[in-house]
Amino acid sequence: MRSIRFDHVSKQFAGNARPSVDDCSLDVEAGTFVVLLGPSGCGKTTMLKMVNRLYEPTSGKIFIGDTEIHDLPITALRQQIGYVIQQTGLFPHMTVAQNIAVVPELLKWPKKRIAERVDELLTLIGLPPAEYRGRYPGQMSGGQQQRVGLARALAADPEFILMDEPFSAIDAITRTTLQDEMLRIQQQVKKTILFVTHDVEEALRLGDNLVVMRDGKIVQHGTPLSVLSQPADTFVHDLLGTDDAVRRLGLIRVEEAMEPLASAMFDTSATIDRASDVRHALSVLLQTGATALTVQDGDTPVGTLTMERVRREARVARGHGNAVRS
Amino acid sequence: MLFVRSVVLASSFTDGIGYLLGNPDIVGGLLAQHLQLMGIALGAALVIALPLAVLLDHVHWLAVPVMGTLGIAYTIPSLALIILLIPLFGLGATPVIIALVIYAQIILVRNTLVGFQSVNPATLEAARGMGMNEWRVWSRVQLPLSLPIILAGVRIAAVTTIGIAAVGAKFGAGGLGTLLFDGIATKRDDKIWAGAIAVALFAFAVNGLLLLLQRATDPATKTRTRRPDRVRQTAVIEGTQTVRG
Repeated sequence: MRSIRFDHVSKQFAGNARPSVDDCSLDVEAGTFVVLLGPSGCGKTTMLKMVNRLYEPTSGKIFIGDTEIHDLPITALRQQIGYVIQQTGLFPHMTVAQNIAVVPELLKWPKKRIAERVDELLTLIGLPPAEYRGRYPGQMSGGQQQRVGLARALAADPEFILMDEPFSAIDAITRTTLQDEMLRIQQQVKKTILFVTHDVEEALRLGDNLVVMRDGKIVQHGTPLSVLSQPADTFVHDLLGTDDAVRRLGLIRVEEAMEPLASAMFDTSATIDRASDVRHALSVLLQTGATALTVQDGDTPVGTLTMERVRREARVARGHGNAVRS
Repeated sequence: MLFVRSVVLASSFTDGIGYLLGNPDIVGGLLAQHLQLMGIALGAALVIALPLAVLLDHVHWLAVPVMGTLGIAYTIPSLALIILLIPLFGLGATPVIIALVIYAQIILVRNTLVGFQSVNPATLEAARGMGMNEWRVWSRVQLPLSLPIILAGVRIAAVTTIGIAAVGAKFGAGGLGTLLFDGIATKRDDKIWAGAIAVALFAFAVNGLLLLLQRATDPATKTRTRRPDRVRQTAVIEGTQTVRG
């Protein structure tokens, strides 16, 4: 596994007063999901497109592993980097199978191996191959098209995936489903992913690391929880809505907040999965009116999460934020 | 008076049909000649128009002068253009075919260029981003996606070519126009009618066939929704048909 590394990269488009990307250095560690977050025009998409050389940096260098990207032939570079954009990126005159097969065909895989890979990927993204292989993009919903876009990016099993606002044109409910799918698939395939979005909720849900950008510069880089609880400045604070305690609870896993031993003191008929987040636990507490939840690993109870615990987590997170900003 | 004229016209029309049915050998031979004229002219026109459109798609500033020149060439009356070409190429099919190639350029180049430009830039960027080289991006993505609009141009050019090729018979190019000019020279109404009907039917048939081909290649037929902007663009291009028609 290799990383993507930006070394003092700048990009100045002709006719623009200031650079779109201004002296940015960033290490996207191998196997991590890094989200570039910022308002439109902050340079996040430009950063992304310099990796597969759709844009050329004005100065600075970009490495994948130890290789500077200009040391590779441009097509060879791009064939080892999966690329997902909004659903307009699928080829409307090709079937789902043909779309997914594009890069394997460029790499001259044998036909049989390509066909097997297509079916394998369709299964991975939850579209039954027999039914969807021969469909055209126009015959599918936006959400399904975007799954196919992801499958196409994964086709030749690249180490790196670049995703440019892939879910932004999709309705909110489908978007949430796709984000869950994305997390599940990343658990399985463990790619080095660089993901661009302007959607804060999406960034917090998906990213192992957040990179907040403004006016071509990286303002802050860290885990979602650290960025949320210790925003670098008022811009990050306002962008992420750091005062929102409930939002912060969404970043804490139930198993991190629970008491490990089941307690008989509470009515614990309501349950929650250990991998879920505390924000979800809070909503279950409020809905059921229970004062505590039994935390389960599958069907086995492993701990208890009380309302008091949830309150304490909210206070701890808030305390962090205040301490840093003052 | 009007009634009498209509009766005469109607009887001439049936005489024309009668001539066509009574002389299948002659008509068949002329039809083959006409088809050949159209085929050669259209083929040669495409060989020039396709690379020219690719060039204009990449070198944007060339589009205005080139399209302007082709547009002006299109306004020269066909008789005049063929007569101008005869001193250079002699009588026969050659000057006629060259004139047909010139007329087809504006239609083919414009439709092909519009076709190329109607492809979503994001789709082309996706193709490049996946590691296709420029040739593949063009041949696998841009060309297939613009094919319906290019074929709309081919269809209009074919119909226009059939019409102008009929005039070519005057200069010894052969084809169904021969019936028209023979009829005028020998004052045979049935032959004039036969020529006119045959040319019209031929044009209808070619138009219909190419329309089927155009529909079959349209990716919009593979989707639930047709892109409204593409429909509009095709309509604009088809408007050129009426200029000469």
